[in-house]
Amino acid sequence: MHNPRVAEILSVIADGRGGQVALPARLCAECLSVLPVSGAGVALMTAEGPSGVVLAATDQRARQLEELQFTLGEGPCVEASGSGRPVLQPDLVAAGPARWPGFGAAVLEAGVHAIFAFPLRVGAIRVGVLDLYRDTPGHLTTHELAEAVAFAEAATVVVLHLQDHDRRDGSHAALAGPIDGRAEVHQATGMITIQLGISLAEALLRLRAHAYASGRTVSAIAAEVVNRRMRFDDSESGTATERERP
Amino acid sequence: MTSREQLLASTFVDLADTLVADFDVIDFLHTLAARSVQLLDADAAGIMLADQHGGLHVMASSAEEARLLELYELQNNEGPCLDCFRSGRPVARDDLPAMRASWPAFTQRLQQLGYHSAQALPMRLRNETIGALNLFRTEPGPLSEADRGIGQAMADVATVGLIQERAIATRELLATQLQTALNSRIQLEQAKGMLAQRTGLQMNQVFELMRDYARGRNRRLSDVVAQIIDGSFDGELLEKGPRTRPRTSPQP
Repeated sequence: MHNPRVAEILSVIADGRGGQVALPARLCAECLSVLPVSGAGVALMTAEGPSGVVLAATDQRARQLEELQFTLGEGPCVEASGSGRPVLQPDLVAAGPARWPGFGAAVLEAGVHAIFAFPLRVGAIRVGVLDLYRDTPGHLTTHELAEAVAFAEAATVVVLHLQDHDRRDGSHAALAGPIDGRAEVHQATGMITIQLGISLAEALLRLRAHAYASGRTVSAIAAEVVNRRMRFDDSESGTATERERP
Repeated sequence: MTSREQLLASTFVDLADTLVADFDVIDFLHTLAARSVQLLDADAAGIMLADQHGGLHVMASSAEEARLLELYELQNNEGPCLDCFRSGRPVARDDLPAMRASWPAFTQRLQQLGYHSAQALPMRLRNETIGALNLFRTEPGPLSEADRGIGQAMADVATVGLIQERAIATRELLATQLQTALNSRIQLEQAKGMLAQRTGLQMNQVFELMRDYARGRNRRLSDVVAQIIDGSFDGELLEKGPRTRPRTSPQP
């Protein structure tokens, strides 16, 4: 059920120096080399909406466009993060100013003609947006769209794990692979959220980190949690798990 | 009209009614699964949809067994639904020996779960196959021709609804709709986990609890999911859970 392309992207961007902090920038650069776009940026989101924090951008213009959307409170990134849906605008001139009165004029002036924004989310967990810009109008082809979605999935993993401040093995777990799509993984995430009184994002991080640390798959740990053979418990040594009594 | 005809008519209206502002894709697919069982001579139904990479995902089912069978198909890469999705054509066999010849492992699992027939109808618009509707029967043998026709018509109407005919099924829209549907499904699973932990219920019981709660209050399933996730749900939702610690027996 995995998209193998996501794992491939994660392994390509991991192959370099600069640690975890450099991953968003490398991901944007890889986007640019694979997709027919002029610029790419990753913006961070909080529960309230766009945070104004641009994690990475391929150039100054891409960075400014991200920041402008935050200032104006409108634009594809704002819309994608609000609705949770990808926003694809292949021709800003033809679309006219109605959709984004302020932002639309500013991007055209900056020479941008097409813009594609992909929310970075795992169900209710919303961590950011991947924005792609192009100097020429035109749709993404089916293949390009699938590539962009794979990049967004990879970016979701990277941004999610960047928020994992407490754990040293977080960066390794980030590179361990895409988020497992099995229902049990998301059910276990929900259960751990209540067990530890933490957010869904933190619960997913704990689940992945525990799988990484114990050398088992995320879905194997998730199945134990769902079957109530294992529960997460906070202790001084970090996250411990205990076997439930039969 | 007979009551079946009335239900059939209202089902087509419901399945076509996707252009509303509060359209809820998971609710919609569950409606398709539930109505398939009510209207056709089938005992369980499940729906799989494909993502942009052609990867199939179990999106909705009328019963836990149907979900498990579909997952089994995906894991073992064998079964009528996969054949149906790949060919874009209806897939059925006349009897159990024929099913065993085509899908030995799947047929064995099917019988273990108490079913003796499985067939799949494509969810297809023009050249695009977006998924399949799977129908399971406890009696051997496929659906009658008449039932198969009705089932295919329901799948067709649902497909048109999902792709939203009004936008002429652009690939972009299809991609964003499916992406959104997949994420809604993840959100549903996260909420199920939260509620299972709070109530001590099993996952399939939790889902029924959520659905009944949504119906009883005339709310959309996705609204209830959002309430569970942000903690703003009504305390009554928790009252149905067992007071004591539940059995810890693993689910199959």
